[in-house]
Amino acid sequence: MSDSPGRIVGVDVGGTFTDVFFLNEATGGYEVAKVPSTPGDQSKGFLNGLKQGEAPFAEIATVVHGTTVGTNALLERKGARTGLITSRGFRDVLEMRRRDRPQTWGLWGTFDPVIPRDLRLEVAERTHADGMVAEAVDAQEVKARARDLVEMGCDAVAVFFINSYANAANEQAALAAVAEVWPNEHIVASHRIVPEIREFERISTTALNAALRPVVGTYLHRLETALVDDGFGGQVLIVQSNGGVMSVDTARQLPIRTALSGPAAGVIAGAHIAKAAGYPDVITCDMGGTSFDVALVVDGESALSPQTAIDFGMVVRTPMIEITTIGAGGGSIAWVDRGGLLQIGPESAGSDPGPVCYGLGNDRPTVTDANLVLGRINAERPIGGKLDRLDVDAAKAAIAAHVGEPLGLGAMDAAEAIIRVANARMAGAIRLVSVERGHDPRGFSAMPFGGGGSLHTGALIKEVGLARALVPRFPGVTSALGCVIADMRHDFVHTLNVMLDDLDEGALDAEMSGRAGEGLALLEKAGIGLQGNTCQFELDMSYLGQTHTVSVPLPVTLDGDTTGVTRALIRQAFEDAYRAAYGRLLDDIAIRVLNLRVAVIGHRPKFDLSALAPGPDASAEAARTGERQVWVDGGWHTAAIYDRLVLPAGAGVPGPALLEQPDTTIFIDPDLAGTVDAHGNLVIERKQDARP
Amino acid sequence: MIDPVTLAVLKGRLEQIADEMDATLFRSAFNPIIAEAHDASHGLYHRDTGETLIQGKSGLPVFVGAMSFAVKAVIDVAARDGDLADGDVYIFNDPYDGGTHLSDFKLVRPYFRDGELFCYLASVGHWHDVGGNVPGNYNPVATECFQEGMLIPPVKLFAAGEMRRDVVRILQANSRLPGSLYGDLNGQINALDLGVQRLTALLDEYGDKVVTEALAELKDRAARLMRSNIAELPDGTYAAEDWLDNDGITDDPLRIGLTVTIAGDEMTLDFSNTAPACAGPVNIARSTAIASCYVALKHIFQDVPANAGVLDPITFVIPDDSLLSVTAPKPVGGYTETILRVIDVVFQAFGQIAPERSNGCAYGTINALSLAGHRKDGRRWVMFSFFGGGHGGNPVGDGLNHGNAPISTATIPPVEILEAAYPVKFTQWALRPDSGGAGRHRGGLGAVYEIELLEEEADVFLFAERGKYAPQGIAGGGAAAANRFVYEQDDGDHELPFVSKGVGIKISKGQRLHLETPGGGGYGNASERATDDIARDIRLGYLTDTGAREDYGDGGSGQTA
Repeated sequence: MSDSPGRIVGVDVGGTFTDVFFLNEATGGYEVAKVPSTPGDQSKGFLNGLKQGEAPFAEIATVVHGTTVGTNALLERKGARTGLITSRGFRDVLEMRRRDRPQTWGLWGTFDPVIPRDLRLEVAERTHADGMVAEAVDAQEVKARARDLVEMGCDAVAVFFINSYANAANEQAALAAVAEVWPNEHIVASHRIVPEIREFERISTTALNAALRPVVGTYLHRLETALVDDGFGGQVLIVQSNGGVMSVDTARQLPIRTALSGPAAGVIAGAHIAKAAGYPDVITCDMGGTSFDVALVVDGESALSPQTAIDFGMVVRTPMIEITTIGAGGGSIAWVDRGGLLQIGPESAGSDPGPVCYGLGNDRPTVTDANLVLGRINAERPIGGKLDRLDVDAAKAAIAAHVGEPLGLGAMDAAEAIIRVANARMAGAIRLVSVERGHDPRGFSAMPFGGGGSLHTGALIKEVGLARALVPRFPGVTSALGCVIADMRHDFVHTLNVMLDDLDEGALDAEMSGRAGEGLALLEKAGIGLQGNTCQFELDMSYLGQTHTVSVPLPVTLDGDTTGVTRALIRQAFEDAYRAAYGRLLDDIAIRVLNLRVAVIGHRPKFDLSALAPGPDASAEAARTGERQVWVDGGWHTAAIYDRLVLPAGAGVPGPALLEQPDTTIFIDPDLAGTVDAHGNLVIERKQDARP
Repeated sequence: MIDPVTLAVLKGRLEQIADEMDATLFRSAFNPIIAEAHDASHGLYHRDTGETLIQGKSGLPVFVGAMSFAVKAVIDVAARDGDLADGDVYIFNDPYDGGTHLSDFKLVRPYFRDGELFCYLASVGHWHDVGGNVPGNYNPVATECFQEGMLIPPVKLFAAGEMRRDVVRILQANSRLPGSLYGDLNGQINALDLGVQRLTALLDEYGDKVVTEALAELKDRAARLMRSNIAELPDGTYAAEDWLDNDGITDDPLRIGLTVTIAGDEMTLDFSNTAPACAGPVNIARSTAIASCYVALKHIFQDVPANAGVLDPITFVIPDDSLLSVTAPKPVGGYTETILRVIDVVFQAFGQIAPERSNGCAYGTINALSLAGHRKDGRRWVMFSFFGGGHGGNPVGDGLNHGNAPISTATIPPVEILEAAYPVKFTQWALRPDSGGAGRHRGGLGAVYEIELLEEEADVFLFAERGKYAPQGIAGGGAAAANRFVYEQDDGDHELPFVSKGVGIKISKGQRLHLETPGGGGYGNASERATDDIARDIRLGYLTDTGAREDYGDGGSGQTA
């Protein structure tokens, strides 16, 4: 495999659109494309998107793919029929969860686990918390239960034993026994997926991974076959929820790691673009049809959370980019409650039937309808190409009837009220992710991506007190761009659960270098060109008696087969991390080490973002295409309209202005001004702050 | 009058102040009861009445109704002493004035603008240990609050901005975990500081007058919203009753009787038909009783905000010195059980008033189980946990299996964490077949937990309920299975003399505890349950063949033929 520059393509398949970013690493040239997704078989839309590029498939070296195949299968309950072989007494762990409920208020709602109760079979076996095998597993019994599951029509099987994080011997023996009788390779053991203490989180992740194996495996096979048939001879990589990429082989084994694939790629791109533009602290804002997703990027790095729930009770414990979601998207419905208060969402019209202005049957006004009525969206140029035009009159009538009348407002004031309340909700989400983590939002920039975010960003920076907004050159294909940028990454976890004073330095060092070696071998095996690699080591630690741990990065590097880790070094690192998180140390309390986490990162070559800068033929005069009336602060204003992609670097755009491009519309409020930077980003600031 | 748009925006901004205070405490608290189980709450309260103006959305549900009483207690003390000053922070845990139990410490801070009192900010959090006879303060045989922990009346923690170190030293000296206490106390102070900063910024931005108008208007809107909910209910008088097994001191059942009267857009909740105050710790204060009703109503009407206006159209009748309006020094440590029963009678009454909005009772007991002993090497250990059960069947479907209590959002600790920390082995952690009440929509299943002791000996304490009186269904739905606890000793298996409460039971290595928790009550007649649903229940083992016949008669037995 060569590491010379070639053509690399990022493909992000979302629910509605498939976005593609083509990069020619040799020339720095690029193309973007957006085609409809093809639910049912995403590979069709994928190939169609890929064909929009000028390069023949044979010349593409690497395709990097963000996918929702796995997430959709889980949300739509379309995972494979899966069985479970588990410890006697514990078959219901998956269904009992951690004793929670779907929402705080209201006691309705139920939970159907991914493996139903009759497909969860127990065998006699037991390992204690200290790793002692109290009762060895009987291979014959395991085989008999596996045959029962095959008989009951299972395509995949999970093996989960209690305390297997402490000693996986019984689970390994059972895995071997199942493999002798199982008709396919879809066998997943919990210690291979999450070798970490906490049984529900481990079985949940394992069961979901098992149920996804046949689904994602089939999809990837179909995709690879189709690519090869069309002459493709390069490498396919898959984006993981942690923002790194993995080989197709790894994705087949660990499809659960694709759970937040697309959104993670978007945040990675946002972080990279912002850092290159000189603003390393950003909050990415992705506004879709039903939700508003916010992620915090500090000094160019996005925060990872150790787990997430895809839906109630569907817990996935693998490191993921931390994304906070609120139910305020373009399709969110505006309504007036019984107390006479204007509310936005959580109900959404989604993309079908969508806002009133789509004319597809919804008659309750949405955020998008308000933007249209206020003149911020061009009725003649709907984004996405599904519709010819948008129905302004219908949107206005719906706003008047459902919001204006109950509040005693005219239609225009009611539309502006909807936007103000929606902005206030989005601003709240931004405040919470920044404040909750102890950051002052005034040092941050907002980066909108997705189709709708750019209409609201200006208002958001004022509402929250952010420094500025940074609109990337192609907000609508940010996730596809992120695919091209993302590094290779493999995460490992291993539970130690010992007191620091009792920790065996040599054994820990061996574990650290072993896991790092495993990750480096995976990088090697993937065989793609890398500019180097990094191994990061972290411990989850706490004082004895605490249940929450702090992440403690260890300042060590892998040198041959040792990291040189010591107890003294760990103590110092813990105290630094604890002091940073909570302010003060607790001197006489013993320190506990729960988990080791190892991340192995293979750095892919970064392309120069200045490639995205406007070309030499860009000019401010040519960019100005006309003007339109927009309603702001209770009155009509004349806003200049620009073709965003034709604006040259350095161009200043005072508000009120609308910048149109195929994948989004940007609105600059009257008291804000935009400037095009050297990479083609639009920087929106308060007029007094804006560069002359 | 304030314009409707500013009002909607300000509502979100004000709620966010309280939410940020919650977040700040959760992040900085030392003890897991606050950090993990979110047993805490924050809000803004009226300067004269203490009424809730705004409260955070992420705190423990039961505080949503209780905190205004805590603030009112401080208002009364400040009026008595006549020395309220800017920069003061009061602290106390008196449950008779401020609600809930001794573990909950309330910090109340007056907020001044230009020398004039504007409102109060308050923070409450459940501290890990506040003294008393039992570590962690769950004493099932307390007959006075003095056996449950220290009792602090409203006193100044800060006087005009100066922290009173002597008060902090008194608090620390009365706790087994003074370090944890100090950490949580600081977290609460930080949360109040943050609230003051955010509120000041908001007032500077919008002006005091606009915000004051908004607060008044929000109360009015909340009242209107609640009135419109009540107006949709059929007028009439509806009675429901339920029982506590006993108070842990004498084995007599305790009745909680509720009569609901709906008249136009007003509602009366009358608890006259309720047992008098008891000797043991299942009493609650009047403020706690009202807070419990608020929790039940918010489960039924999820659109009502955390605002005093919601209680405007509601009249409470709670006789003095009853189980639901106890005064010092009657013990209140088991307050969770009584709150859960109050919620159950509200659900049952609404099962008659508007069954389409209600649900069968949830499992109704927290099963506070603790095991204490010494390891082989002499180290002392105490394992303490609450256990789950089923939720009630409801208009849209079967009840949730193994949920948490309606007053809490806390999760259960993992088996693997418990086994790693204590010398125990769980031999079963499973759903309990046949435990959900029968009905068109079945109650959710409770659980079976079985624990074996791996070392030496241990003393076992259990505080539970629903041992004799099982969770009820509504709209014709059947009752769930009752709580059941069995412990093993050298001479065989035993049940508790008080069924659901026991103190200092000795077990030895190799012996087991067996706890079966209730499911939820059913919804609608069992005869209306779809045969496909019964067949599925049998296939999945939610129902045994015997259970199916008992619950569904021929409809059930026919499925296995």
